[in-house]
Amino acid sequence: MRIVEHPILKFQRGEKVTFFFDGQPVNGYTGETIAAALHAAGIRVLGHSPELHRPRGLFCAIGNCSSCLMVVNGEPNVRVCVEKVQPGMQVETQKGKGCLR
Amino acid sequence: MPEMKQTEILVVGGGPAGLCAAAAAAQLGASVLILERDSKPGGQLVKQTHKFFGSKKQYAGDRGIHIGDFLLEQVETNPKVEVWPDTTCLGIYEDGVVTAEKDNKHIKIKPERVIVATGAAEKALMFPNNDLPGIYGAGAVQTLMNVAGVVPGKRVLMVGAGNIGLIVSYQLLQAGVEVAAVIEAAPKIGGYLVHASKIRRAGVPILTSHTVKEAYGDKTLEGAVIWQLDENWQPIPGTEQDIKVDVMCLAVGLSPLTELCWQAGCQMKYVAELSGHVPVRNEYLETTRPGLYVAGDVSGVEEASSAMVEGRLAGVSAALSLGYGKDTAPQLQAEALAELNELRSGPAGEKTMKGILKLMGKEGAAC
Repeated sequence: MRIVEHPILKFQRGEKVTFFFDGQPVNGYTGETIAAALHAAGIRVLGHSPELHRPRGLFCAIGNCSSCLMVVNGEPNVRVCVEKVQPGMQVETQKGKGCLR
Repeated sequence: MPEMKQTEILVVGGGPAGLCAAAAAAQLGASVLILERDSKPGGQLVKQTHKFFGSKKQYAGDRGIHIGDFLLEQVETNPKVEVWPDTTCLGIYEDGVVTAEKDNKHIKIKPERVIVATGAAEKALMFPNNDLPGIYGAGAVQTLMNVAGVVPGKRVLMVGAGNIGLIVSYQLLQAGVEVAAVIEAAPKIGGYLVHASKIRRAGVPILTSHTVKEAYGDKTLEGAVIWQLDENWQPIPGTEQDIKVDVMCLAVGLSPLTELCWQAGCQMKYVAELSGHVPVRNEYLETTRPGLYVAGDVSGVEEASSAMVEGRLAGVSAALSLGYGKDTAPQLQAEALAELNELRSGPAGEKTMKGILKLMGKEGAAC
C-alpha cells in the first residue's frame, strides 16, 4: 500500500508505468525500485531458496543481503530492492540459483 | 572514459562519513572522487526523518534527510569533487588500483589515497522461520516507507528497543501502520527515553526482557510467538504470547561492512564494542595499509553524527598526507578529535571508547 499523506514527507512519484510480475501486469512509478512497486501491489514473496524452496522476501532493502533476487528481463539474481522499475519489464520469481543465458 | 581514472583521493561510500571526508579533503585542495552504489548519495540519511541530537556542529535539530541533502550539495558545488552514483567498488589491489562497476562496465581507478566509508549492514536474529517474507531489517522498512512511500504491511512487531527500533516504530505510526509492540531482550530500553516516551504515549507497549520464540505463516508472516527472559537471558516456559502481525522488524544492531578492508589486506580485529571485525587504525583513521583510511560505521558502529566527524578527520588527514593544508590541517584534526571525544563522552559513548582503546591496543590506558 502506498502512503498518500505523511506528516513530514511529500512523495514525488515519477511517471506511472506498467511492468509484469510472472506475466501479470503491475503498476509502478519510474524512479522507484521493483521491490517497492511489488510491495505496493501486495506482493511479498519474491523468490524461493535454492535448496529447501522456502519463500524469500525483502530483508535489507539496500542491496546487501541478496534475499530479494529475481529474474528481470531474463537475467537471474537481480537485486530488486535496488533495481529500478522500467516500463514493460518482465520480472519473474526466481527458482533455484538461476542460470546465465 | 580513459583506461585508468586518476584521482588524488578516492572515497568509497557516499554516506555521512564519505561525504564529509570528500568535502574536508577538497576544501584543503585535494581532488576527490566519490563512489556510491546507490543512485542517490546520502547513505542512510536519505530515510531518516527524525531530528538529530548532539551539538549544532553535527546539525542537531535538523532532520537526517535534510542533513543528507546539505552534505551532498556541499560536495556537488565543489569543483574538486566528482560524485559517481550507481557505482559499486569491487576491489583494492596490491598495486593501488581500485576497480568498480558502473553502467555494467568494469572500471579501473588509480587513487593516491583511499578512504573506505562503506557503513554497516543490519544483523539478523535466530529463531524458527526467521526467513519468512514479512520479516525485515528495521532500516529496510524505513527505506520502504520513507524513500518509496510504501508501507510494509498492516501490523508490526518491532524487535529491539535501541534507537533504531524506537525511531522506526514512531515512523511506522506516522505512516499509519499499527505497531503491536516493541520487544527488547535486555532488561532495559537501550535507546533514548525521549524516543521511547513518544511511542508509549501513542499506546505502544514496550516489553523488556522479551524475545521471539518463533515466527509462523504460510508463505508470508502471519504472527509471532514471543516469550519472557529471566535474569540470565533464558526463556521462561509458560510466558508465551501469540501476536498476530504481518510484519516483523529486526532492530538488533548493525555489523560493519568491511569486505573491502579484508580484501585490501588491512589488519582486522574483532571488537565486540564496535559491533564486529573492524580494521586496526591509528588516531587519524589510517589503517595498517598505508594510504588507506576508514571512517564511519565501517570502523565501528556508532551514529551518523560521529560518522560525519570521522569522515572530516579522515578527509583532512588524507589531504594532509598529500601535502595539502600544512598550515590549517593540524588544527582541523585536533578539532575533529575533540568533537569525537565529546560525542563519545556520554553513557552511550562509553562502549565505543572502550572498543577503540581495545582496537588500538591501549586497553587500560586513560583517554
